[in-house]
Amino acid sequence: MKSAVILFPGINRENDAIAALEQATGTKPTVVWHGETELPNVDIIMVPGGFSYGDYLRCGAMAAKSPIMRAVADRAKAGVTILGVCNGFQILTEAGLLPGALMRNASLKFICKNTHLKIENTTSRFTNQYGKGDVVDYPVAHHDGNYFADEDTLNRLEGEGRVVLRYCDANGNVDPATNLNGSQRNIAGIINEQGNVLGMMPHPENAIDPLHGGIDGRGLFKSMVEAVS
Amino acid sequence: MSTNEFNSTPITPELVKEHGLNEEEYKLVLDIMGREPNINELGIFSVMWSEHCSYKSSKKWLKTLPTKADWVIQGPGENAGVIDIGDGQAAIFKMESHNHPSFIEPYQGAATGVGGIMRDVFTMGARPIANLNALRFGEPEHPKTRHLLSGVVEGIGGYGNCMGVPTIGGETNFHASYNGNILVNAMTVGLADVDNIFYSAAAGIGNPVVYVGSKTGRDGIHGATMASAEFDDDSDEKRPTVQVGDPFTEKLLLEACLELMATDMIVAIQDMGAAGLTSSSFEMASKGGVGVELWLDKVPMREEGMTPYELMLSESQERMLMVLKPGCEDAAKAIFDKWELDFAVIGKLTDTKRMTLMWHGEVAGDLPIDPLAEASPEYDRPWEETPKQDRIDPASLSGKISHVDALKTLMASSDLASRRWIWEQYDHLVMGNTIVRPGGDAGVVRVSGTNKGIAATTDCTPRYVMADPVEGGKQAVAEAYRNLCATGAKPLAITDNMNFGNPERPRIMGQFVGACQGIAQACITLDFPVVSGNVSLYNETNGVGIMPTPAIGGVGVISDLGHHATIAIKRDDSALIMLGAATGELGQSLYLKTIEGREEGAPPPVDLDAEKRAGTLVRELIELGLIRTCHDIADGGLLVAVSEMCLAGNIGADLHLPESGSEVAWLFGEDQGRYVIATRDPDKVLNAANSSNVAAAIIGQAGGDAISIDGKNKIGLAELRDLNEGWMQSFMADAT
Repeated sequence: MKSAVILFPGINRENDAIAALEQATGTKPTVVWHGETELPNVDIIMVPGGFSYGDYLRCGAMAAKSPIMRAVADRAKAGVTILGVCNGFQILTEAGLLPGALMRNASLKFICKNTHLKIENTTSRFTNQYGKGDVVDYPVAHHDGNYFADEDTLNRLEGEGRVVLRYCDANGNVDPATNLNGSQRNIAGIINEQGNVLGMMPHPENAIDPLHGGIDGRGLFKSMVEAVS
Repeated sequence: MSTNEFNSTPITPELVKEHGLNEEEYKLVLDIMGREPNINELGIFSVMWSEHCSYKSSKKWLKTLPTKADWVIQGPGENAGVIDIGDGQAAIFKMESHNHPSFIEPYQGAATGVGGIMRDVFTMGARPIANLNALRFGEPEHPKTRHLLSGVVEGIGGYGNCMGVPTIGGETNFHASYNGNILVNAMTVGLADVDNIFYSAAAGIGNPVVYVGSKTGRDGIHGATMASAEFDDDSDEKRPTVQVGDPFTEKLLLEACLELMATDMIVAIQDMGAAGLTSSSFEMASKGGVGVELWLDKVPMREEGMTPYELMLSESQERMLMVLKPGCEDAAKAIFDKWELDFAVIGKLTDTKRMTLMWHGEVAGDLPIDPLAEASPEYDRPWEETPKQDRIDPASLSGKISHVDALKTLMASSDLASRRWIWEQYDHLVMGNTIVRPGGDAGVVRVSGTNKGIAATTDCTPRYVMADPVEGGKQAVAEAYRNLCATGAKPLAITDNMNFGNPERPRIMGQFVGACQGIAQACITLDFPVVSGNVSLYNETNGVGIMPTPAIGGVGVISDLGHHATIAIKRDDSALIMLGAATGELGQSLYLKTIEGREEGAPPPVDLDAEKRAGTLVRELIELGLIRTCHDIADGGLLVAVSEMCLAGNIGADLHLPESGSEVAWLFGEDQGRYVIATRDPDKVLNAANSSNVAAAIIGQAGGDAISIDGKNKIGLAELRDLNEGWMQSFMADAT
């Protein structure tokens, strides 16, 4: 199983992504520099978190115009599994591979903490290892994770089962009190129409080792491996 | 500007004074130069001899600090200290203040403080793997406090988060003495290979001097001089001397430098921090015993019309100066091109031992290097001892409040309330190696790819230092030692950030001297040397100084992360045991301050030998797997320590009062050298303590969802948590 991690200037969670992919696939992923125009032949592509281009202009806006993103878009069209986490999610929305936008957190502050997430779709290629209604615990670390889309888009996402993760409490309650950052409908992660691209704000790659305080994130990587093998 | 213009600016006594040089110092300038300096040269003397760069008031005492141990690879004098952590790896670390700029412009002041300390560490070849900080603000009621706290925390987060370095710990105090002078001390710990550490001594006559990173602008000119003077009511006007940070550029600079460092092209490297190009070029040349010719017109500039004076004194951020091996320029430039950073050859090394500044082919300044860098003034300032205070007799307490009400008040006070509001704004998880998060005794990060951990902490109790500088200095080091031991880490070395008022006042100088004496004693007994540090003096506004604050950053190593401890009580813990002797010290305690309104008395004395025995025992218990839960007893005393352990583990406890003695002194005394541990195996722990000659007593049982004392004075954890978490949340609500 082969995977790749895309590296833009300012990305800083690439090693976390590499560790998680290596743990799940058994092979170290290839790191692809943003200035490249071609991708190696891989089963999984991950766009990791960080501050690509310093988050200047808008989070992810400049990275979305990088040469490599054309190749990523082609692979998305071809059905390759693509995971964007945090800044990666922002880049995928700016690149038009996922709908909506990530705005500043409602608190206007950076938030780094563990949060509970409800698995809303257990058949996606990112969540097939989880059970219906499962509540998982991943950390978040972001300043701009407040998901926004217009009502029609939101209704469509819901109707098509494309809302994969929502912020909730330990019992799975999804309500304004458990909405970490002001996201519409507590949305933490969505997939594209084809179901092969997931964008999410929380960091499953930081919940893969008992020393992290939990291993709930392993399921997400294992799901991708199961789906493509 | 032509040579004539440099020389046409008259050097008047007023101009000399504006440059922060006194008459005697200026006489020394004239001696060294053998003539009147021009404006460029005067500016260089000004920053090089500022307190900030020259340590002229503190040098005499800093020299007395112990700096050696078998594992010390590099002590003070380089960009950061270096210690051997085994397996061919080194930890490189330092703490540095950015106090004055942070008061004037909190976001940028704090951000560039973090940026600066990270550069100090990666300039030596280390990848930063952990950030910490030590913050002091004015009293909560002061109108500026919320604004400053908000800006500083956002600035630290803004820079550190973007760099992708986890901020894993720190401390925050509030006190009126900081109303006009907040303290922002930032610490970075980096990881390098022992055989690939970079130093700043320039070598190789003719070798190219290379400038990399951001372009030079007009920001921060005279920042070092500003940081060497007291504030007055017009200090806000100094805002233009605060630098502006760009963490994205620094992230690129980090990656580019580490990429270059993996090759064999660098002879010497130094970051441009305080006093910018002046300080970096003089230090590199002085350490290497060489001269430098700088072509200032080749320096990448952010704006047009910049002068040599501005280029030499600018404190623009995210810049480095390097000496490369000859012929490596093109290959090195390719790396910086890839990261889209400026790269310019701006000079060469000479055998003149002089700094020659060239500007479009003309000499803009010509100074001898050693007298400036090495022979800066050194003062033996007069100092006075702080009068000792009496021990507080528990009989003098009013005793009008129940223990549980005292606990509630303390846990919701500005001194002890949870700092979660702060550290949740810092990315403390990036890099995927954070094992112990903020909120415990020390933060712990794993050394990537190993089962080894690095623990780090920052500590100081300024009210103790104020009351007794020697004991307070000892206590700051001892608490850092204790916090590391409490995680299971072997304490290895410290960095000290000495924040004091105006050293020209004998009382203040006496605080500095006393703190140095105390630190030195503790370092020797605990085998815990100083490997780097920073001094920030003149923390005064309108003649009122801060409490003396020698912040200590401690670093230790956990050899096997399978055996480490946290403060959270675990499900299988049953007995609570106190290690170390309870003597009931209430002087300068938070109980006395918060409940009785008295800031007085002798601070708790530190028995360094007992401290070492207790610390060694705790580490052994953790290594043997006998305990996984440990917390040191510090601010607030025993009951507060137990409460913090209960809240962290969400498991309650019942404490058993001793048969005799003052209950308040037992519950709230801040006697040093103590830990609370929780265990399922109390007998084994007591036996081990007995054979280690460490006092130990079972003080209670873990369990339930409340804290109580012999079944009375009960408070539910949920209520206590709300009080503890709530204070800062509501204090900072809507702060801007």
